[in-house]
Amino acid sequence: MTPMTPVPYRVAARRADLADTVTLTLEPVAEPIAEPAPGQFTMMYAFGVGEVPISVSRTGPVLEQTVRSVGAVTRAVCATAPGRILGLRGPFGTGWELDAAKGRDLVLAAGGIGLAPLRPLVLAALADRDAYGRIAVLIGTRTPDDLLFAAELDEWRARGAQVEVTVDRPAPGWSGHVGLITGLVGAADIEPALAAAFVCGPEIMMRVTAQALIGRGLPAAHVRLSMERNMRCGLGWCGHCQLGPLLICRDGPVLPYERVLPLMTVREL
Amino acid sequence: MKAMELTDLGPLFEALHGAGRTVVGPTVRDGAIVLAELSSADDLPHGWGVELEPGGYRLRRRSDRAAFAHSAGPQSWKPFLHRPRVKLWEADRTGDGFQIATDSPDPPRYAFLGVRPCDLRAIAIQDRVLMGGRHTDPSYAGRREGALIIAVNCTEPGETCFCVSMGTGPQAGPGYDIALTELLDDGDPRYIAEIGTEAGAAVLADLDAAAARPADVDRARAEVTAAAGRMGREMPAPDLRDLMAGSLGSARWDDVAQRCLTCGNCTMVCPTCFCTRVTDTTDLTGDHAERWQLWDSCFDPDYSLLHGGAVRSSAKSRYRQWLTHKLGTWHDQFGSSGCVGCGRCIVWCPVGIDITAEVDALQAEADSP
Ligand SMILES: Cc1cc2nc3c(=O)[nH]c(=O)nc-3n(C[C@H](O)[C@H](O)[C@H](O)COP(=O)(O)OP(=O)(O)OC[C@H]3O[C@@H](n4cnc5c(N)ncnc54)[C@H](O)[C@@H]3O)c2cc1C
Ligand code: SF4
Ligand code: SF4
Ligand code: FES
Repeated sequence: MTPMTPVPYRVAARRADLADTVTLTLEPVAEPIAEPAPGQFTMMYAFGVGEVPISVSRTGPVLEQTVRSVGAVTRAVCATAPGRILGLRGPFGTGWELDAAKGRDLVLAAGGIGLAPLRPLVLAALADRDAYGRIAVLIGTRTPDDLLFAAELDEWRARGAQVEVTVDRPAPGWSGHVGLITGLVGAADIEPALAAAFVCGPEIMMRVTAQALIGRGLPAAHVRLSMERNMRCGLGWCGHCQLGPLLICRDGPVLPYERVLPLMTVREL
Repeated sequence: MKAMELTDLGPLFEALHGAGRTVVGPTVRDGAIVLAELSSADDLPHGWGVELEPGGYRLRRRSDRAAFAHSAGPQSWKPFLHRPRVKLWEADRTGDGFQIATDSPDPPRYAFLGVRPCDLRAIAIQDRVLMGGRHTDPSYAGRREGALIIAVNCTEPGETCFCVSMGTGPQAGPGYDIALTELLDDGDPRYIAEIGTEAGAAVLADLDAAAARPADVDRARAEVTAAAGRMGREMPAPDLRDLMAGSLGSARWDDVAQRCLTCGNCTMVCPTCFCTRVTDTTDLTGDHAERWQLWDSCFDPDYSLLHGGAVRSSAKSRYRQWLTHKLGTWHDQFGSSGCVGCGRCIVWCPVGIDITAEVDALQAEADSP
């Protein structure tokens, strides 16, 4: 058993969320890994195919991970049938640190699969509802068919969250918002000066969303992002996840916006 | 601490071999001074020196029988501690999944003979990366903990050396078990041996060597001090974080990218470069899988793959990553420079790119109004 040895986990349930995205419920075959915090990730191993970093999309007594099939390894992970075994290493990296936002309004902004790492944060905030002010969840997707966790959003609303969705390309029958996620920032029912923001999605989406929130008066010091880089180890050994002075697997993936902004704006860093 | 005099390294080899250690040190092979397993002091490169230049390395005959009067060769100690290929585990398919077996062979017990001060620091830098963080690399740690380090203070810096300006030499810093200084009388070497650890003291105690004369200890010091004045190259400072962070937009990166072949030689020869990739494979049946950890290079376009493309696709951005990491962001990540001034990347670059010249150019640009 070394830090490079995957711990066997059985797929207890597999739910196809979207055409290319699957949520797996994972149970340890024997010893579990330490309980991940919202925002942390594991390295998921599919036998013989390879290993990829995937955030947790639910943590606590039930561990879930939501995977979009984009290549060989994610395809194999997504195709894993209930009862079969995957390997997990971790948890790795920094979490969202929701506790630091106690007493504040919360804005959670997600682009595409970026909603998966934010889901455990939504659930944690709703589970401790009184500790926070208003909660706004802003979601941007390509089309209405790409909306992740669609069946859960009403439950989040019922438990006291504002949930707004915008799509790039509407389909017939869509009556919701259309356009970039920045268009939703104005609709978030929060007191910006007293809010904290958590943003996850493509880099460009995170940048413009953070700018729009800060433009509304949300303090830059209260914006956190989840960064993505190539990862081969999760342990701080392989070097691949560097972003300037940061090792994203160790110092991230969740980082203060002010720390990453100067790095995100340098091309090909 | 008391110093000893060794008139001949033969007994040292016998003591190390007697203690079950594999002695690794410099020896002449294929036109270069390489590091390899040595069977006796006769294998040392007595009477050989080197001539170094950007993109060039040549052995030269010396007029004396010095064994350590040559600077860094094509290898460092890195391949012995942080191996180029490590099998991490293997696994077999089972009914519902797989069963992993990790075999941890007993690590070799090395004695590294002739570790130059720059390379001694490089080992400390890799220690910090591979065993000084939250997670310890067991393969590295096993080899590292089993290694006895016999350093050699540098009396013969090369044309591409700049340990003085990086603060790593020519006097060996902490971390050695024994440090030797080679003294030449009428062309014949003898050694002043200083003790760094109890393990080093135990080895020397077995040799029944005489205490060194104070005059010889002074002479050894003086020769190392004199070597500090003969460095072939120089860096502005050991900590170049601000220069690197302030130069990300420099036009110099375009200039160096015209010359750099992105071959990655510099990262392979560098004693501190630690990057690896992990590959998972299966045999033809698909029922037996292995995981390997292989040296990787930030010059490989696949190194930064993300979303269908590399973050650093241009040669310019990859060279910039190498230099700014080495000299700048390494301080942020691991608390020191990633360069020890050994000069290997200058010598083994096929087109002779010289990192000290690149830094001078960046510095000149930063200084110009
Ligand atoms: C901290 C972190 C958390 C992540 N969380 C999730 C998550 O919750 N759900 C999810 O679906 N995905 C997540 N990802 C992305 C996921 O890791 C990649 O999609 C996956 O590595 C692609 O591997 P593959 O073998 O399937 O595809 P490959 O065949 O390797 O490549 C397919 C495409 O993905 C790119 N890619 C390769 N390696 C990576 C990498 N390490 N990161 C990103 N892209 C890569 C390639 O350039 C290529 O375009 C996360 C990534 C990181 C770094
Ligand atoms: S960067 Fe060059 S000079 Fe510095 S330690 Fe590496 S190989 Fe030696
Ligand atoms: S600097 Fe020289 S050795 Fe390094 S990648 Fe470029 S050409 Fe190769
Ligand atoms: S993923 Fe290997 S160092 Fe971060």
